[in-house]
Amino acid sequence: MSTRNAELLMAIGMLVFSLGLMWNIHSDGLVIGWMEERGPGSGLWPFWLSLGMALCSVWTMVRWFNGTTAESRDESPYMDPESFGLVVISFVLLTAMIFLVQYIGTYLSVALFLGAYMRFVGRHKWPQTLALMGGSIVFIYFLFEWQLAKYLPKGLPIFEDAFLWIDNYRWEYLM
Amino acid sequence: MTEVMTLLGNGLLQAFEPLNLFMIFAGCLAGLFIGAMPGLGSVNGVAILLPVTFLVPPTSAIIFLAALYYGAMYGGAVSSITLGIPGASTAVATVFDGRPMAQKGMADQALMAAAIASFIGGTVSIVLFTLFAPPLANLALKFGPQEEFALMILAFATFIGLGGDDIPKTIFSILLGLVMAAVGFDIISGKPRMIFFDLVEFQRGIGFLVLAIGIYGIGEMLWTLETTKGSVQVQNVKTTWARFFDNLTKIKSYIATTSLGSILGFFVGTLPAAGATPASLMSYGLAKTFSKDPDSFGKGNIAGVAAPEAANNAASTGSMLPMITLGIPGSPTTAILLGGMIIWGLRPGPLLFAEQPDFVWGLIGSMYVANLVTVMLNLALIPIFVRVLAMPFTILTPIIFILCFVGVFSTTDRMFDVWLMIALGLGGYLLRKLNYPVAPAVLAIVLGPLAERSMRQSLIGSRGDATTFINPVEHPISLGCIIIAILLMLYPLILSMRKKRAAANA
Repeated sequence: MSTRNAELLMAIGMLVFSLGLMWNIHSDGLVIGWMEERGPGSGLWPFWLSLGMALCSVWTMVRWFNGTTAESRDESPYMDPESFGLVVISFVLLTAMIFLVQYIGTYLSVALFLGAYMRFVGRHKWPQTLALMGGSIVFIYFLFEWQLAKYLPKGLPIFEDAFLWIDNYRWEYLM
Repeated sequence: MTEVMTLLGNGLLQAFEPLNLFMIFAGCLAGLFIGAMPGLGSVNGVAILLPVTFLVPPTSAIIFLAALYYGAMYGGAVSSITLGIPGASTAVATVFDGRPMAQKGMADQALMAAAIASFIGGTVSIVLFTLFAPPLANLALKFGPQEEFALMILAFATFIGLGGDDIPKTIFSILLGLVMAAVGFDIISGKPRMIFFDLVEFQRGIGFLVLAIGIYGIGEMLWTLETTKGSVQVQNVKTTWARFFDNLTKIKSYIATTSLGSILGFFVGTLPAAGATPASLMSYGLAKTFSKDPDSFGKGNIAGVAAPEAANNAASTGSMLPMITLGIPGSPTTAILLGGMIIWGLRPGPLLFAEQPDFVWGLIGSMYVANLVTVMLNLALIPIFVRVLAMPFTILTPIIFILCFVGVFSTTDRMFDVWLMIALGLGGYLLRKLNYPVAPAVLAIVLGPLAERSMRQSLIGSRGDATTFINPVEHPISLGCIIIAILLMLYPLILSMRKKRAAANA
């Protein structure tokens, strides 16, 4: 897709989004005007701002038709073909890591993500990859769970139990 | 004046407390590192590391983040000079002469000039900050909701008038940020608003940190991956003691432009839409205009490195002035700092000076110390930073992504927010590719709840009379702000009409 087409598509998308916001506020029954003795309705602020967003999208579309914006005259690809693959694989791996958190927990998914990225995207050697995978687990556990006392998701019960054992060890011997 | 000196003395004492001093060192180091990485700047560092600061008290936290802000400004020059890629947009102007100098084998001279100019810029701006902050905060104490709202309109108007981006897209970005801030329970009536797809998670609203980390963590990395294609070429830097002392003697060749750039940078930095990037570009332009040898600019003139570096450092301090005194951030980075202050339980604005003097003066004191620490660390660690720059993107990218995920989850305790961060990051990246500026949206999501509250309070107080904002008797400051805001919004229109007229005459 060219940048030119992408700009029009984005403006249409943003227009639909803005109208959707306005519809959402209206359908929730929020007052978009003045309420006697009570002041501005709770829908006033978001409704009129959403209308402003819709008007800005129309304005961009008008500028696109007139060829005023630089993007509307740009026929080059919207996504750089040379780096498109790298961007997509990075995003897919990131999404996979977040998806896996509910099953295998934060630590394993973080380590797998780092390992996959370094080994298959970066072609780094195994020792360096494994060192960073292990290091990331220790760093996150130490900073977030230990120092900041934040609970990070551990996934299925089997992984939860494993970390309970580590937590117990920490409380018993290291605190 | 004596009172200011006493308070500043207390602030300096606080900055020298062991924990705060450690925070300054850690912040400067982290900032230098983050600033030096291509594509990453202070805003990315502050957004990604904000969740970690909950480990320490608010004063130490802001000291860490302010030091990081400082360090990143210094660090930006490292990649501009050695890679030819700006560490952040604020260091774009440094590439113009920094890169040619590096190619001529004078990278060490350019790096030293950048560090010394940054130090001068930082010092001049902190002195100006100390002088201007207390009177401005005193004035702001008289502000009511009308003035607060008008000031926010003025802040947004600067993006439209001075941002230099596409106007409808800038306005769209501002409005989008304001609407996102309104998601969740209404702050006055308590009614739920914009609960998309009936997902209860939206009742808690969209946190500014989720948007900031999404845009400046995920979106920025995708952007950097695309633009650099994942590979960079580091220019060699030769450093010896003899060259170091020789480079020190060259200060006099750029001291005048550095001083001018520092003052200019401070004042440009106070404007929300302007900030460090235009300040450094303006300073570069000024240095070239006043130079005896303007043709040498762009080919490796040392003043062309010093001038923008002094200005971008001064602008970073300048942008903190409206944040601390008025509660209006002067840059996207200070917008995130302001959001952090709200999370820490502080109410940004003029009352901070009265209610939290330790916090404010501790921060000001730390700025003096951080400036000194950063220049020393920068000069000492130049060879290490250059080596760090050679770190492959295939290591840096997953680390940043992991920090974004863990940072957002540890702040909000919800996987929903992590998914939202990814969606907003991807959305921000796709919008940015089409020239939609993302900084106004971040500023707007931070200021949104404050803007809505002050607008509604004003209207309730005036019984629905919208002219209360422009009442010359009761609210002259509000009227003044709104007039300036309108003029700023009309400024690009006037500019384009002039251009058309000039083209027609030509």
